[in-house]
Amino acid sequence: MSPTYWDEEAEIIQEDNLRKLQFNRLQKTVNRAWHHLPYYRRKMSEAGLQTPYDLKSLSDLSRLPFTSKRDLREVYPFGAIAEPMKNIIRIHSSSGTTGTATVVGYTQNDIRTWSELMARTLAGGGINEDDRIQIAFGYGLFTGGLGVHYGAEKLGATVIPMSSGNTLRQIQILKDFNISVLCCTPSYALYLAEVARDSHVDLADTQFRIGIFGAEPWSEEMRSEIERQLPIQAYDIYGLSEVIGPGVAFECEARQGLHVNEDHFIPEVIDPISADVLPPGTKGELVFTTITKEGTPVIRYRTGDISSLIVSSCSCGRTMSRIERVASRTDDMLIIRGVNVYPSQIESVLLRFKGIEPHYQIIVSREHFMDTVDIHVEISSEIFSDEVKSLENLKKKILDALKGELHLSCTVKFLEPKSITRSEGKAKRVIDLRKEEDNS
Amino acid sequence: MKQISVFLENRPGSLFSVLDRLREWKVNLRALSLADTADFGVLRFIVKDPQTVLEQLKNENFTATLTEVLTVGIADQPGGLSSVVGILTKEGLSIEYLYAFVSPEGRGAYVVLRVEDYDKARHTLENAGIPLLENLSL
Repeated sequence: MSPTYWDEEAEIIQEDNLRKLQFNRLQKTVNRAWHHLPYYRRKMSEAGLQTPYDLKSLSDLSRLPFTSKRDLREVYPFGAIAEPMKNIIRIHSSSGTTGTATVVGYTQNDIRTWSELMARTLAGGGINEDDRIQIAFGYGLFTGGLGVHYGAEKLGATVIPMSSGNTLRQIQILKDFNISVLCCTPSYALYLAEVARDSHVDLADTQFRIGIFGAEPWSEEMRSEIERQLPIQAYDIYGLSEVIGPGVAFECEARQGLHVNEDHFIPEVIDPISADVLPPGTKGELVFTTITKEGTPVIRYRTGDISSLIVSSCSCGRTMSRIERVASRTDDMLIIRGVNVYPSQIESVLLRFKGIEPHYQIIVSREHFMDTVDIHVEISSEIFSDEVKSLENLKKKILDALKGELHLSCTVKFLEPKSITRSEGKAKRVIDLRKEEDNS
Repeated sequence: MKQISVFLENRPGSLFSVLDRLREWKVNLRALSLADTADFGVLRFIVKDPQTVLEQLKNENFTATLTEVLTVGIADQPGGLSSVVGILTKEGLSIEYLYAFVSPEGRGAYVVLRVEDYDKARHTLENAGIPLLENLSL
């Protein structure tokens, strides 16, 4: 299949032209920040930068101070907005998954750009004007619903603005309206598949062919599981409200990393501890600088998401560099008796075992000053054997794999199907009881 | 004979929830056993129409499966069980688990056996003249 570019000029731009464009736009952004974002100007002054024109080349980006989520929270609600409010036509806010919300504002131009970028994103997955897109991301302050919505309309597809929740109705619409594309979180896609099965709705003989999933980290194994349960190709999209929302990076049909819309965002990967910039191929924390955003520009925004840059060329022909799929965040790293583990690593191990349902929870607690981890997984009828020893063997194999690959000593508890609460948005994978103790 | 096995989470009420459904569906248990480990249990039982009950259980989200077991009648007297186990042992057949009960009429006892090699065990017992039961309509 030939690649489907939405904006060919931008998507296959020559590298030196791209760098020139980026530098030009970066200078403008830094200039705006200096004049209109007091919090950032203060940071620049503290870093010894006298004027925005201290930047001589693109590589000088690394001399600019970082912006953290905390910086944005400190200027809550509108201190990160660089335009008079009369120019702001929409406000969004982070989902507040990890604390106080951050607020972002969009100008007319920002909304236009965002729609363009989401149209690119959807076209990257082979979606076109003939598709019917059911958007099951939440609509509201969360950027997922409206972000995808405007992009899908821009693309000319038929939009069904379902928002999240009401799973039975989602399934009915999916079937009755001959939906071809579903957008939601990956965990919700699995839940929807499960509810469809339980209500004896066969989605195999429908038009349903593509899933556009994002808003939470997920593993390659999770993708296989989704594609096993639903008749679709699953695509990963990446974005965060502080940068723009969905549409920062997207998978093309090669599905070998996500292309960053580099004409609007400059990606960097840094060591999360030392903050040194890391070379392509090395994993670290993703950092983005917006270079066209008017409402809420951010410079070197630390996302907390872990990935690496891929600069080699992609079979789809797009020249925009890629990031490896984000499967974890710096702040969801668990430290268990001194061993660093990401929930996504545990997920990868679990889903390798046939019959382990993709519904799990990691419960961390502390007993007698020792961290303990209890992994709850649901087992399916297909793996259930009435022989106790085969279940115990399965458990032992899981424990061995967790110990061998992640150096994680834990216990595994098998649960009956559906005993873990299903989420309509971001799944709650980790319950850290240690934090609750510390807070009390 | 087909036996139903149901996975039970180790928490109060998990056994009751299965039994309560069976009561609701008016399913009579002909024989049962409950195996337990540190954190889960397996409830095994024999009913008149296992296929239907299995479907009903699965519809209610229980993790359940059908297993082929051997059921033999033995003499309700010392050495009754040992003779059957002896025959299997001589052939090198190993037993995963068994449970036994006496018939309500007191005419004999019954043993439900799960063996590693079902076909061979069946053959061995038949050759030894041990009658196998295909149902428990006792």
